[in-house]
Amino acid sequence: MTTATVAHDDHAHHGPPSGIKRWLFSTNHKDIGTMYLVFALIMLFLGGASAMVIRAELFMPGLQLVQPDLYNNLLTNHALIMIFGAVMPAAAGLANWMIPLMIGAPDMALPRMNNLSFWILPAAALMLILSFIVPFFPGGGSQINTGWTLYPPLSLQVGMSMDFLIFALHLLGISSVLASINIIVTIFNMRAPGLRMMQLPIFVWAWLVTAFLLVLVVPVLAAGITMLLFDRHFGTSFFIAAGGGDPVLFQHIFWFFGHPEVYILILPSLGVLASILPTFSRKPLFGHHSLIGAMIAIAALGMIVWAHHQYTVGMSLAAVQYFMLMTILISIPVGLIIFNYMMTMWRGAMTFETPMLFTVAIILMFSFGGLTGVMLAVVPADMQYHDSMFVVAHFHYVLLPGAVWGLFAGVFYWLPKWTGHMYDERLAKTFFWVHVVSFNITFFPQHFLGLAGMPRRIADYNIMFTEFNMISSVGAFFFGLSHLLFLYIIIKTVRGGEKAKARAWEHAEGLEWEVDSPPAHHTWTTPPKIKTA
Amino acid sequence: MASVQHGPEHYYVPESSPWPIVAMVSALLIVFGLALWINGITVGSYISIGGFILLGVMFYGWFRDVVRENLANVYNEQVGRSFRQGMFWFIASEVFFFLSFFGALFYLRFIAMSWMGGEGYLAMTHELLYSGFEAVWPSAGPEPTAGEFTPMGAWGIPALNTAILLSSGATLTWAHWALKKDDQKQLIWGLVATVVLGLIFVGFQAYEYVHAYRDLNLTLEQGIYGSTFFMLTGFHGFHVIVGAIMLLAVLGRAVKGHFSPHNHFAFEAAAWYWHFVDVVWLALFIFVYWM
Repeated sequence: MTTATVAHDDHAHHGPPSGIKRWLFSTNHKDIGTMYLVFALIMLFLGGASAMVIRAELFMPGLQLVQPDLYNNLLTNHALIMIFGAVMPAAAGLANWMIPLMIGAPDMALPRMNNLSFWILPAAALMLILSFIVPFFPGGGSQINTGWTLYPPLSLQVGMSMDFLIFALHLLGISSVLASINIIVTIFNMRAPGLRMMQLPIFVWAWLVTAFLLVLVVPVLAAGITMLLFDRHFGTSFFIAAGGGDPVLFQHIFWFFGHPEVYILILPSLGVLASILPTFSRKPLFGHHSLIGAMIAIAALGMIVWAHHQYTVGMSLAAVQYFMLMTILISIPVGLIIFNYMMTMWRGAMTFETPMLFTVAIILMFSFGGLTGVMLAVVPADMQYHDSMFVVAHFHYVLLPGAVWGLFAGVFYWLPKWTGHMYDERLAKTFFWVHVVSFNITFFPQHFLGLAGMPRRIADYNIMFTEFNMISSVGAFFFGLSHLLFLYIIIKTVRGGEKAKARAWEHAEGLEWEVDSPPAHHTWTTPPKIKTA
Repeated sequence: MASVQHGPEHYYVPESSPWPIVAMVSALLIVFGLALWINGITVGSYISIGGFILLGVMFYGWFRDVVRENLANVYNEQVGRSFRQGMFWFIASEVFFFLSFFGALFYLRFIAMSWMGGEGYLAMTHELLYSGFEAVWPSAGPEPTAGEFTPMGAWGIPALNTAILLSSGATLTWAHWALKKDDQKQLIWGLVATVVLGLIFVGFQAYEYVHAYRDLNLTLEQGIYGSTFFMLTGFHGFHVIVGAIMLLAVLGRAVKGHFSPHNHFAFEAAAWYWHFVDVVWLALFIFVYWM
């Protein structure tokens, strides 16, 4: 492993500028990281609120609260806000905060562009929210009832709110691509002298792979929704069969982006775990190099399996077989990561602080979500599961443990570093247990609902599904409420608490623990000297 | 501006800058205005045009700051590498943007159309839905709505345009050689020739569009042929215009004598972009016009 000889001239420089300009005009990776994280938290509550309405509507059969179109609009916005507003910005916030600290860089490589990447997000969020509320105005047209996948021909028939959504996605795409370019360049060009690529922490590697995926697939989404826009307004026929186009083409384009997007959401969180596990197992990480290889393999395979989201659309047998086999192949590198993480814990002197609790829960629950993924990858089986609540259960088991919990774990792990205070361990553990148990109450019954034939994305259901939906909704309300506790813990930690040492966790390793907690406004203005032990 | 002069081992981290926020506001105005405009709400046109103007102001101001910092000599080699790598990955993302349009062209032309024509296991679909349809490219689909059209030939203006754009790549390289041996005069003339050739290219493209609409009845409404033709050539033309603007800015700086054999990132970035646009055109010429 690497150790750093630290030259402490970090404090000689000026502190942050005061007032609103500090945030609006920022070129500081820590401030921008904080803004990303706060933005993500706000979006988490917005997306969560729409999920609460969805679960309230599904508490009983029949239409109680919302009409079907509004239901589908909420559902679309829930997905888009959570994916693009909460998870991706939160992961980018961690990247902004931690990558420069971890690689001994004074800041991100392109600090002004970094600020632009963040500030496009509020503009995109505004467009996204407008796409939700425009239909309520006179002349605002129909509501977005397509789901986040925006499949034509339905998306060609939606009113002007769809245009707001398309432009919101364009902005989100610009933000992601710029942020990813910045991260790639930072990792390639800003490492402390002597810090080799293969020595980088897995979190940095995970983000490098993620950033590559983003640079390669986000422009494809941009092209796809641009074609959608032209089909809607300028008479082209990309997705209209009468003119020789094909609606299935959009599905291919969308999932060429959409499937790597799943790994974009998950890889940074898996990277976070690689920082947490050695600390609380008091052992070095098992298989550093093979983890890097596995992440690259996941990304590479992830780009050539997109059509497993479209088995039922009528592809040729050869295509379906190819996509099935490649998809199942991904379970090998994913399994390798899980194996390495378990071997890191093996015979370790483990303690279970909140980040570690989340990590263990992730390994269990994410593996479970992965296994239902293998079920869905099998074509004949998928013909039954397709577009059922089973799919909803599957991807929530993947994305909550795989992406969101990893972010929670990272936030708890690095919160002492960011704020200089230890969080309230008792409250955090309470949050963990309420969150994880209510998560399972919410989503586990949905597997059975799906297998029994309940379709997803529909506001009403057959009365035979009532009991499990009631259980799921009750779980969801506890699940939603648990996040208020999370918010309270964050605010409490920011405002005060036990002082955190520079090395906040006893066995934590890495350059980020060599700087103070909280770090000075500018760190590593002189790069640390890396000695390879 | 740079307050502290750092040694070579200090990376230049700029002071706070207003331009990212201006960029955000301009982007929001553009997309908000466009969303209204394309739905027939005319006030949107003013909003988006205002956004575009602000975008121009932003680019001018942002790059003016960067140029000043560069002239004040606050950048070290590492900053230069960051800029270059940043530009490289930006172009990589652009490549994938164009690849998706080419992918759409191939998918529609070779896969979707043969299905509609009854090939393979979709014969019944053809019988029931598109029974009269023959899968022959160029096609406006089984139910064309905009009448007969003539496809764009490859060997008139498009071939000439290929020659023009390739020559512009050559003149740009000629300018680059000049820059490397610090021949400022040849640099300026090389850039002038490149920009002029680029503008001629855009002029021919504009003429071709007028010709297509007026004489060939080849419009955006002409099914997949019209869709893919105008989308691919249109986005390419837009990129040529952006590249020409970049080269014009570089030309202006060359006239001011900003570039030296060791300090000319802006020139390189614009040149890479121009060559990228060149390569896209070659693919366009082969797959859209010719084959």
